Amino acid sequence: MAQLEEVSVEQFKHLVSERALTGETMLLNMGPQHPSTHGVLRLLLELDGEIVVNCIPDIGFLHTGIEKNMEAKTYQKAEVMTDRLDYMNPMGNNLAYCMAVEKLVDLDVPPRAQALRVILVELQRIASHLVWLGTSGLDLAAMSMFLYCFREREQILDIFELVSGQRMMTTYIRPGGVWRDVPVEFETAVRDFIRIFPKRVDEYETLLTRNPLFIDRMVDIGYLSREVALSYGVTGPMLRASGVGWDLRKVRPYCGYEQYDFNVPMRTEGDTYARYLVRVQELRESLKIVEQALNKLPLGPVRSENRKFVPPPRSEIGVSMEALIHHFKLWTEGFPAPKASVYNAVESPRGELGVLLEGDGGPKPVRVHMRTPSFDNLAVLSQIVKGHLVADLVAILASTDIVLGDIDR
Amino acid sequence: MDKKIEPIVKAVQAHFSAALEEFRSEVHLFVKPEQIVDALTLLRDEHHFELLSALTAVDYYPQTSPRFHVIYQMTSLAQNLSVQLRVPLDGDNPRVPTAARVYDVANWRERELLDMFGIEFDGHPDPRRILMPDDAEGHPLRRDFPLGYEEPQFTFNFEEIDLRKPYVKE
Repeated sequence: MAQLEEVSVEQFKHLVSERALTGETMLLNMGPQHPSTHGVLRLLLELDGEIVVNCIPDIGFLHTGIEKNMEAKTYQKAEVMTDRLDYMNPMGNNLAYCMAVEKLVDLDVPPRAQALRVILVELQRIASHLVWLGTSGLDLAAMSMFLYCFREREQILDIFELVSGQRMMTTYIRPGGVWRDVPVEFETAVRDFIRIFPKRVDEYETLLTRNPLFIDRMVDIGYLSREVALSYGVTGPMLRASGVGWDLRKVRPYCGYEQYDFNVPMRTEGDTYARYLVRVQELRESLKIVEQALNKLPLGPVRSENRKFVPPPRSEIGVSMEALIHHFKLWTEGFPAPKASVYNAVESPRGELGVLLEGDGGPKPVRVHMRTPSFDNLAVLSQIVKGHLVADLVAILASTDIVLGDIDR
Repeated sequence: MDKKIEPIVKAVQAHFSAALEEFRSEVHLFVKPEQIVDALTLLRDEHHFELLSALTAVDYYPQTSPRFHVIYQMTSLAQNLSVQLRVPLDGDNPRVPTAARVYDVANWRERELLDMFGIEFDGHPDPRRILMPDDAEGHPLRRDFPLGYEEPQFTFNFEEIDLRKPYVKE
């Protein structure tokens, strides 16, 4: 085994204050294995007593080369990699990638598939926010929140299992529509959830929103101004808590979001508590969208009929020679996409999830770039923790709602 | 082209004589490396492009001139518009001036490009690798970097393959 090189302060000289070089302040590693870093993240802290002077995030521990791997696969086969990026939001990642492919090859999606996509992506948003609420409660010593949130998330994962056979890593949304139609039990399962969930959110709010201990830890902590947020490319609930009402579902509607009536929660305080309030409000708004989409769910096909890009149904393969050939060609060669580049962004639970997809005329992409929101939301951390206590850093990090799989790709 | 974006495209073209490409109503403007900081500043200050949504690159290997495109995806919240700037770069010694002084988000995104593509950013405040270990060799997202794989070991060829593993040499 090669000897590990000793890390010296020389490497970080330009990032820490001069007092760190004389030993007046302390350099301390937090992570990469630490329960409150929400994944494998190392924070190099410069501390003056309990006060954070500088914070240098070190990422890359989960780097698995997903973008590189996607370049080696055909457009359909690359999709399974997208589930593994932001593992709290596989449906949303599938959607962002599939919409980019559909834009690149100009493929239409039938209305039933659009509505199903909206229902599932919004359920996924609720599940993702529940994990955030549970784990950030845990970080602030509200143990029971974690158990309650995971109980409700379980119900959503059961719905995913019902439609796709998988609880996570669903790959249910496919280019041109969805994998297959939902089973008959789907509607009852979602209605059950819609019936139960509002009362549960009320319960969470009773536990936390007016809780003095919780408010003491959150209010005026980790202030992020509008200008700093925009310059750092922060998007999603973090940006909306800083007074910018930018939600791609509202301003650039996709998948028929324009038909649904929902609000974009916004706060102007820009602190940790504002970010909490925005996300809790989003739980209710997402549920409103799910209910409306389920009420209007149109009948019809769930996949595009364009056989050059979408495989034929299983039932046709046995009786139609043409269908058999299409099936064979699609799963061996894949479909060609034009030599061009598209950028498509959707609103993930964390912000703008963009996919830059560039084709070269063949069946494999020449470049797939995932513009993942957690990456930029973490970059701003070093700015907003300065001057706070180490214990506050934990609250601030929880309020950024990062997923390390999303950052490291 | 969208009517709202036309004056912006005209302004960029007038200042930098930029080439224009359009695909599925997305606008791509090509500028030279030395113009990029001015182009970003112009878009941010005069045309309200507050957000640098994505900063990434594409490698067109084996093509060498240009081999890379550095891509700046810009979003204007005030006008709800997007425009993409592209900087073509040649294969030997690709360099661009840093955009970290215009948008803070460029700091980490440019470190990622340095790490993944080996594109250098002149004047970058913190030019370290970001995702790969500090002592890694090569730049993984270049097209001539092999994808790499591990040979599956079975009982009948376990030792034979084991001898070829890198740790044997040390």
